[in-house]
Parts: sequence; C-alpha cells; structure tokens
Amino acid sequence: MNNFAYVRANSVEDAVSRASQDSNVMYIAGGTNLVDRMKGFLDEPSQLVDVSRLAMKKIERTQEGGLKIGALVTNTDLAGCAEVRSNYPMLSRSILAGASQQIRNMATVGGNLMQRTRCPYYYDTAFACNKRQPNTGCPAATGINRTHAILGASESCVAVNPSDMCVALAALDAEVKVRGVAGERQIPFVDFHRLPGNTPNRDTNLEPGELITAVILPPVSFAKSGVYLKLRDRASYAFALISVAAALELSGEQIKNARVALGGVAHKPWRATEAEEFLKGKRADKSTFSQAAEIALKDAKPLAHNQFKVKLSKRAISRALSVSARGGGVV
Amino acid sequence: MIRLKINGQLQTLNVEPRVTLLDALRENLGLTGSKKGCDRGQCGACTVLIDGQRVYSCLTLAIMQEGKEITTIEGLATGDNLHPVQAAFIDNDGFQCGYCTPGQICASVALLDEVKNGSVSYVTPDLTSAPQLASLSEAEIKERLSGNLCRCSAYNGIVAAVQQASGQNPPSPAASNLGTEVS
Ligand SMILES: Cc1cc2nc3c(=O)[nH]c(=O)nc-3n(C[C@H](O)[C@H](O)[C@H](O)COP(=O)(O)OP(=O)(O)OC[C@H]3O[C@@H](n4cnc5c(N)ncnc54)[C@H](O)[C@@H]3O)c2cc1C
Ligand code: FES
Ligand code: FES
Repeated sequence: MNNFAYVRANSVEDAVSRASQDSNVMYIAGGTNLVDRMKGFLDEPSQLVDVSRLAMKKIERTQEGGLKIGALVTNTDLAGCAEVRSNYPMLSRSILAGASQQIRNMATVGGNLMQRTRCPYYYDTAFACNKRQPNTGCPAATGINRTHAILGASESCVAVNPSDMCVALAALDAEVKVRGVAGERQIPFVDFHRLPGNTPNRDTNLEPGELITAVILPPVSFAKSGVYLKLRDRASYAFALISVAAALELSGEQIKNARVALGGVAHKPWRATEAEEFLKGKRADKSTFSQAAEIALKDAKPLAHNQFKVKLSKRAISRALSVSARGGGVV
Repeated sequence: MIRLKINGQLQTLNVEPRVTLLDALRENLGLTGSKKGCDRGQCGACTVLIDGQRVYSCLTLAIMQEGKEITTIEGLATGDNLHPVQAAFIDNDGFQCGYCTPGQICASVALLDEVKNGSVSYVTPDLTSAPQLASLSEAEIKERLSGNLCRCSAYNGIVAAVQQASGQNPPSPAASNLGTEVS
C-alpha cells in the first residue's frame, strides 16, 4: 500500500472538518475493509483520519422505544447486545452470519455500512471497473458473474453490496444519522445505499466528508419473529451468495405485517416492498409465501452465470417466512 | 515513533503509518510467532489478542493500536508452563505443519473467554440463552473457530483441543487411528 499521513481525530467536528477539506482524506474505523482495499491499491488516500477513538460507542434507548447505535459500536457488541438479541434477533443473526469473530471484533457499524463490493473485477486493478474508475467499463457484465446482481443492476455495474448487517437494517426501517460541515441529517436506510445507474463509483448518498455518527432503530413490535437466512459457498466465513431477512406479524393464521429484504442480489440491500404488501391480510401458509417470493423476484434479470440466484432467492424467502411464522429462530 | 504494549512490555518503534500490526510484530520486533498466511483477513494465521479480544493483526495498522494491551502467542505461556490451550493442542494433535497453530491457539483462548462471558453465535438456537463451556457443541466450536483455516486440515484435533480446554472429554485421538501401533 502507498504511504499516507495519519491523524487521530479528537472530536466529531475535528474529523469532519479534516475530511471535508480534501477529497483524498479518508476515515478509518475498524480498518478491516479499508486496510484491505489500500493493500490492493483500490484506495490511495493522502491522509487517514482515525475516528476509532471518538465517543460513538454506545447503544442507547430512544424516546420512541427504539435504539440509537453509535457508529463505532463494534459488530460483536451490537450482535451481542441483550436488547438486540431479544428484540431484533434478525439483526444479531445477520451480523453473526458475517465475516469471522476476529473481524466482527474490529468492524464497526459505520464501517460496515460503508464497506465496498467484493466483485473480483473491482478488486483486481488489472481489470477495468466503472466503480473504481468511472467510464472504463464493466468486465463483470460479460465475464464470470456468478456472484453478481440479479436486481437493479445497470449496464455500467453489476456488483452487489456485500453487507449482511445492512440487509437486516433495511428490513427494520433503520435510519442513518450523519454529520457534515453543514450540520446533521438523518437518512432513511433504504435511501442510504444507491443503485449503480451510470454512477457506480458512488455506493451511498453520503456527501464528501460526511461522517456517520449513529444508526437509529425504530421499535418494531414483531421484530422478535425476525430471521436471517444466509446461503453461501461454505458454511461459515464467506460472503453471501444471497440472503434474506424476514419478519412476520400474525393475528392467528392471518398476516398483519411483513418485512422482507434480500442481500447478495443488488447494488444495495434490497427491500421487497411489493412482496410485503402482498403478504398483508393473507393466510400464513406455504402457498402465500411462495407467491410472495415470485413477486419479490419478478423483475430479476440474471446474468450468464447467476441464473441460479433467482430460484435460490425464491426458496430462501419461502423458508425464511415459514420459520418466522413459527416465531423465528435458526432458519 | 509509536509505542506499543506487547505481552506486558512497552516497545518503541519507528514505523510508517502504513505498517500493519502483523508486520510490526514480525519485522520490527522479531515476534515471528504470529504468521502471515494471506495478509488480507482471510485465513486467521495472524490472530492476536488486543485488550483480550481476538483480531487479525494483518488488518490493523500498528499506529492505531497505541495504548492497547497486545498479546501474541509468545505471551501466553508462563515461563516453561504452557497455557492450558497450548497444552490441549499438543494433547490432541491439534496441528500438523503448525503454521496456522499460533493463530488457532490465540483464537481458542479468546473463544473460551467469549463463551464464559455469555456470547452467542450464528448457530446458537436461542439467542437469549447462550451456551455454557461444559455443553458447548461441536457445531458451536466449528462456527466460532471458522475464522482460522488450517491448510493441513487438522480440524478434528483442533476441535478436540478446544473441547479439552472447555473441560469436556474429547474423543481420544487414538479412536480415529487407522493403524495399529507395534511395540
Ligand atoms: C475476509 C473477510 C470476510 C468478510 N465477510 C463478511 C461477511 O460475510 N458479511 C459482511 O457483512 N461483511 C463481511 N466482511 C466485511 C466486514 O464486515 C467489513 O470489513 C467491516 O464491517 C468494515 O468495518 P470497519 O469498521 O472495519 O471499516 P473500515 O475498514 O475502517 O472502513 C470501511 C469504509 O468505511 C468508511 N468509514 C468508516 N467509518 C465511517 C463513518 N463513521 N462514517 C463514514 N465513513 C466511515 C471508511 O472510510 C472506509 O471507506 C468481511 C471482511 C473480510 C476481510
Ligand atoms: S494473515 Fe491475517 S488473516 Fe491471513
Ligand atoms: S497445521 Fe498446517 S496449516 Fe494448520
């Protein structure tokens, strides 16, 4: 990796003002994604602003009855938080399904939201990549694209967002609190990450220099039934081929409310809102679940090597919903 | 100049900000017990403990760890007395070539502490009821150690070593021995 200057931020304001002055300045938190990217020359910052010692490490209850999760809470601490384990199990499990204990111990909430794709063409500087360098091309679209997007992709990028945690946060209607030089704002989770369009170099709607300070979880009464199903090439320590976060609110046999989000299928965590609407008022049974899965995947446009993801996603949605209907647990 | 506290000793190093903790340990401090397998967070050979928590030393910059308590494989034994997890790896043939072993042992030491502190994993059936050491299942051990690969595939011995260190009775290594010893 190339060398850089290193400073430890002493306050949120200090960090934001440093990063807003120069587009070659980058934040570093846990380092588990950025150090890897710098080793591969995917990022060559002139300066790293270490935010890891800032006071954003608390999980607090909000007035609304939800949780405010500091951007520097580690993935381990969030997954292990008693309140999250019992009230938002899909969030705990999505985090525990990701990476390894060693990585989760270092990885932070903010860094997890900002981790970049694992597309092998993005990772290999011998190839062109519109995400790495705009207007150079997308070799993945016509190359080996087994792990790539089936929903919402564009001609310029077929990469997927690799995060597990973000799939659960999308399903739970979280919001992202950010701070820039102009002040604070709050972004609904579904609007945080972007579809590639013709600007795949931008993963998120963060403005240059903005710092994530917290993630807000609203109270979700039926989140206790939440599940997370991750399907991958090996049983652990592998990124998702596809994943599903799901939760159901039942009244007897009837579905009152549903949440379904998919990972590994698109450039952003994919909330299946049409499927959720369909589920409302239906009987919680196998045929309803598989109809919802058909709706969720109806716009899928698989590439040469990832047709399998369509069927896999449908079956995973059905299975996740069936387990959620029984109250949740291991899918 | 940066100052790191490693195995209880304060060390002063002259390293660039881009130097990882792993390279600082191996190249600057001569602590070559931590191994470099992949250098990209994908194998676990470089696992060390920072403030008691296991991390990959290849994915963190040395300069970021100033002021933290770093423990490497070299810091586990007390004089000639092996750490119980080190002894358990020997008792249960928890390695072949030994390259992944320092990482496996550091990870296992942390694993035991995590279980004692009530941690759950992706395979824990009920997230509100964490498993105890005495009843930690093989599936739990494998999931919790999945961040350490062993190219020699000594996994059976590694799992048995963790079982022994958990106070369980691992199956005797001889149970899976195909040959018969001739005396
Ligand atoms: C081998 C391996 C396997 C993995 N497997 C999985 C997996 O299965 N599932 C999964 O979800 N993840 C997986 N990960 C990724 C891991 O979850 C991320 O690396 C981690 O979450 C990043 O967090 P961090 O704090 O270390 O981020 P850093 O590396 O410190 O930063 C990542 C990015 O976020 C930016 N950033 C950090 N904090 C902030 C902030 N507060 N505001 C604005 N920008 C910020 C940085 O500038 C950088 O661009 C894996 C990683 C590795 C190396
Ligand atoms: S050398 Fe650090 S994980 Fe492989
Ligand atoms: S003992 Fe050889 S790699 Fe594990």
